[in-house]
Amino acid sequence: MALSILLVFCFLANISLGSVYIPLNEVFNSLLGNSTEQETWQHIIQNYRLPKALTAILVGSGLGISGLLMQTLFRNPLAGPFVLGISSGASLGVALVILGSSFFGGVFAVFLISKWSIVIAASLGSFLVLLAVLMVSLRVRDTMAILIIGLMFASITSAIVSVLSYFGSAQQLQQYIFWGFGSLGNLSWDELLIFFIIYCLGLIISLVSVKSLNTMLLGENYAKSLGLNIKRSRFAIIMATSLLAGTITAFAGPIAFIGLAIPHLTRQVFNTSNHKILLPAVFLFGAIVMLICDSIAQVPNSDYTLPINAITSLVGAPVVIWLLVRKRKMVF
Amino acid sequence: MEKDNQHIILKTKYLAIGYASKKERTVVASNINIELCKGELVGLVGVNGVGKSTLLRTLTNVQNPLSGDIFINDKNIKHYAALDLAKVLSLVLTEQLMSKNLSVFEIVALGRQPYTNWVGNLSENDMSIINMALTQTNVSDLKHKRCFELSDGQLQKVMIARALAQDTDLIILDEPTTHLDIYHKVSTLKLLQKLAKETDKTILFSSHEIDLAIQLCDTLIVMTPNHVVSDMPCNLITKGVFDSLFPEDLIAFDEKTGTFRVKK
Repeated sequence: MALSILLVFCFLANISLGSVYIPLNEVFNSLLGNSTEQETWQHIIQNYRLPKALTAILVGSGLGISGLLMQTLFRNPLAGPFVLGISSGASLGVALVILGSSFFGGVFAVFLISKWSIVIAASLGSFLVLLAVLMVSLRVRDTMAILIIGLMFASITSAIVSVLSYFGSAQQLQQYIFWGFGSLGNLSWDELLIFFIIYCLGLIISLVSVKSLNTMLLGENYAKSLGLNIKRSRFAIIMATSLLAGTITAFAGPIAFIGLAIPHLTRQVFNTSNHKILLPAVFLFGAIVMLICDSIAQVPNSDYTLPINAITSLVGAPVVIWLLVRKRKMVF
Repeated sequence: MEKDNQHIILKTKYLAIGYASKKERTVVASNINIELCKGELVGLVGVNGVGKSTLLRTLTNVQNPLSGDIFINDKNIKHYAALDLAKVLSLVLTEQLMSKNLSVFEIVALGRQPYTNWVGNLSENDMSIINMALTQTNVSDLKHKRCFELSDGQLQKVMIARALAQDTDLIILDEPTTHLDIYHKVSTLKLLQKLAKETDKTILFSSHEIDLAIQLCDTLIVMTPNHVVSDMPCNLITKGVFDSLFPEDLIAFDEKTGTFRVKK
């Protein structure tokens, strides 16, 4: 409950802060649809800050939830949304578009490197890797094997990216690296709608999986003896993760750390392993942390915008370390 | 010994167990015909590597039999849906819990999973069954403790409580007494004996504690490389089954005390 209020507060704070100073009451006016003193303010808030804050909520909560799913599925506190190679698949897709465009020829390249082409490339890349992992998950009996296969896929894709970077020009490399920094802004309302629809699908599958996630806490053999269809639950969990982490990577870039850290943060605070509590808590924590990180990343009242990917780690890592040291016991 | 047909919970017919791959079949044991009745405490004993685990894995539908059939409540185990099987058969395994951060109550409550709705909400009926399971195994006081705070003996009782909460006719335990000292071995087996009587459930466990099993079980299943026999412990002693159980160079079975003695 307190978390929901905190979320609303962070949401408003995030919208009020930015390179252009806008008074708080004008922010409210704009959000409520009333006219503001200056028309530019309304434009900034409705077309830039509001979609960015909503993106932050979707990204933070989605990454947190997919991280939680992966950690429970793989019984591994180091697992995160990207262990299955989803972000590497997306990176490969983007690398092919940006770095590989020189292979396709000049005129074609200009056409290729639009924002949509990057989104599509990232989605295709993560979708193909996901498809491979899902096929494997249906054939392999051991869950740990899936984890290792995911890591192998990541190695293969990063190797291909290395080869592409070797041949890429400096300008292309810079563009690729900037994509890797992650970005919450630049999403239009249309894009946000598509993002939201896929996100909801992933969220619904996660909610339906709550019971099987709890059963899995006993271990796979016990879960099976309780009548749980392991392969089907595993498929659903991987599917939810891929939908969430896949779209997030496609629209916001490979945002590190949140997916790994938020579930730990939540478990430390709530001291429980019950997913009925963890799932909503992770949702709120993920959204809050992402909003805070984004507010910091835009460096209020200045023209700088720092890479969000760096901020999440800079802000989040010390918090997790502090929590672990203070409690002296990892809750998992 | 004639058994009343209505009260047979588990029955195997010409069961052969082992491992089959495309190339070859490894038969671990064959021609197994056992019948377990309602409310019986049954021990499964045999030397290391004779196939106790394989038999339990087959009986619990983790692996398929090579041939023959297994019936639970007169219904072939093959015809059970996973969820229906979970309502007649519960397990206590040797494997470590994945999350030691669960509280005792949460673990026992997970035993109700086959009966709860899609989010796993507990009804009043579920709650009373969970509390009964906690009371029957004397772990009510530990209800709010977390698993990493428990001793091995306590944890074993909690896992038994979880199986009780699953409310099945048959409970199968894989070596429930390993890692425990002699006192807690006896206390665990005594608990199983009490539960079989009180709840009228059939409890089957595998164990290396042959001495204790002889004293406490209603029926013993003895596995030797050549055959599998099941009977009341005293009958098995008179038949001399235990004499040939182990190689004869180190220990011998003493019929009067029903224990094994080191040869001097």
